[in-house]
Amino acid sequence: MRADVVVIGGGPAGLAAAIGAAKEDKELNILILERDHELGGILNQCIHNGFGLHTFNEELTGPEYAARFENQLKDYNIDYLLDTMVLDIAQNKVTAVNSANGVFSVECGAIVLCMGCRERPRGALNIPGLRPAGVFTAGTAQRLVNIEGYMPGKEVVILGSGDIGLIMARRMTLEGAKVKAVCELMPYSGGLKRNIVQCLDDFDIPLLLSHTVIDIKGNERVTSVVIAEVDEHSKPKKGTEQEISCDTLLLSCGLLPENELSRAADVKINPATNGPVVNESFETSIPGVFACGNVLHVHDLVDYVSEESARAGKSAARYVKSGQKPDVNAIQIKAEKGVRYTVPSTVRINELEDDLIIRFRSTGVFKDSYIEVTIDGQQKIRRRKQIITPGEMEQVILKREDLNQDVNEITVAITEG
Amino acid sequence: METRELTCINCPMGCRITVKLDGDNILSVEGNTCKRGDTYARTEVTAPVRTVTTTIKVINGVQDRISCKTKSPVPKDKIFDVMEVINKVACEAPVKIGDILIENAADTGIPVLATKNVDKI
Repeated sequence: MRADVVVIGGGPAGLAAAIGAAKEDKELNILILERDHELGGILNQCIHNGFGLHTFNEELTGPEYAARFENQLKDYNIDYLLDTMVLDIAQNKVTAVNSANGVFSVECGAIVLCMGCRERPRGALNIPGLRPAGVFTAGTAQRLVNIEGYMPGKEVVILGSGDIGLIMARRMTLEGAKVKAVCELMPYSGGLKRNIVQCLDDFDIPLLLSHTVIDIKGNERVTSVVIAEVDEHSKPKKGTEQEISCDTLLLSCGLLPENELSRAADVKINPATNGPVVNESFETSIPGVFACGNVLHVHDLVDYVSEESARAGKSAARYVKSGQKPDVNAIQIKAEKGVRYTVPSTVRINELEDDLIIRFRSTGVFKDSYIEVTIDGQQKIRRRKQIITPGEMEQVILKREDLNQDVNEITVAITEG
Repeated sequence: METRELTCINCPMGCRITVKLDGDNILSVEGNTCKRGDTYARTEVTAPVRTVTTTIKVINGVQDRISCKTKSPVPKDKIFDVMEVINKVACEAPVKIGDILIENAADTGIPVLATKNVDKI
């Protein structure tokens, strides 16, 4: 099999990347490989609304948002294979397996990594206690309720106040379950304010900040969990323990980019994002291999995933047409005080078509502070923000004309008032 | 006179807003740091509405549930009435995005629409 561009994963990133590549060159042969039985990825189970405000200027549900992109595949003649698992990637070859073709290889000009992310499971959280049934990640519960049509439980405690946890608190409540509490280890929630109000406050579900689960009880099925308040070092405080009877514990404790394929291919990974290190064209350390969406860094808005992936797809198409560029004069973008990481990490000025969009997350909560960007030590941007939290991705845009061949370094920092 | 405490949802600031009202008559809005907070607080205390998104049973479909939403937001206190109606009905595949699954959900005058395409098995 041969394709000009192979897109690994048919979720929001993969769909937008494939369309982005096709828009750049309609003649290209583009193939999406998707392991599930349908395209759309996580959007299929995100049946709540709020998607597409930036892209389509209306509030869509997840499946509707996915359909808007799927409908375009035909127009652009983009092929896809479902129920197909990619096993291995190399610079110009993808090896995959499905039940119709067995193990097969696709020779290709460029690869776009769009594998998305995975939830941090119980095993990665070190929660003590027994191992009864009834402990689910919030996303697994979401799939059970919204797609398979099963209720995972009746009395629920949720650990972690990320958006999926908040959304599931409402979803379980609407379907008749009693959500007793949402515990959050940090002194602030990682979820969007809108979700805290509309998913918890609307239904009087308590949000316990600086709390964690310290024990899970039950033999066959969860019968209760013990929660406790934590100190500033995230250690449980003695005497604050309380036992909550429940049959289900949902975990919403962070997402990890799914980079097994990237790592096996020796793609350089950024330890701050757990995603590939990329340049302005979303190209990884391996020429011709691009990455976008949640496999690159975890996003909170799908609109940003689509926009970013369209650019990654476009870059992949351009690579196929013009081949590898010498990696000359790559400017480093440094994440300084208060900034956990930036995407991209490097910029090749001569490859930069438009203004440079730098996305980043903060290391903590900052109030009344400034986002500062310097080019070779000279301040270019100083923007006041009332609040910056790790839960909301930030961005700065550097003008194309401010960047030239002589630039050596760009820094992004957060400084307090 | 009644006092209501709200959290603004417009940005991550999450201003605590205090609204004083006499019946439906808003006397004061305090605590917001911008205009958007004022607008949000006024709507939220007089007529709060929410879009309900859930699933409906599908007969003869390639999958057993189809996602759906109320076409426009319904009054907040009608959410559970709307859920009860939705959980009682089933639709038959094929269903297309935008198909009306329920004409008038729980006397709100608002229809429930499919948000996914489900083919016939």
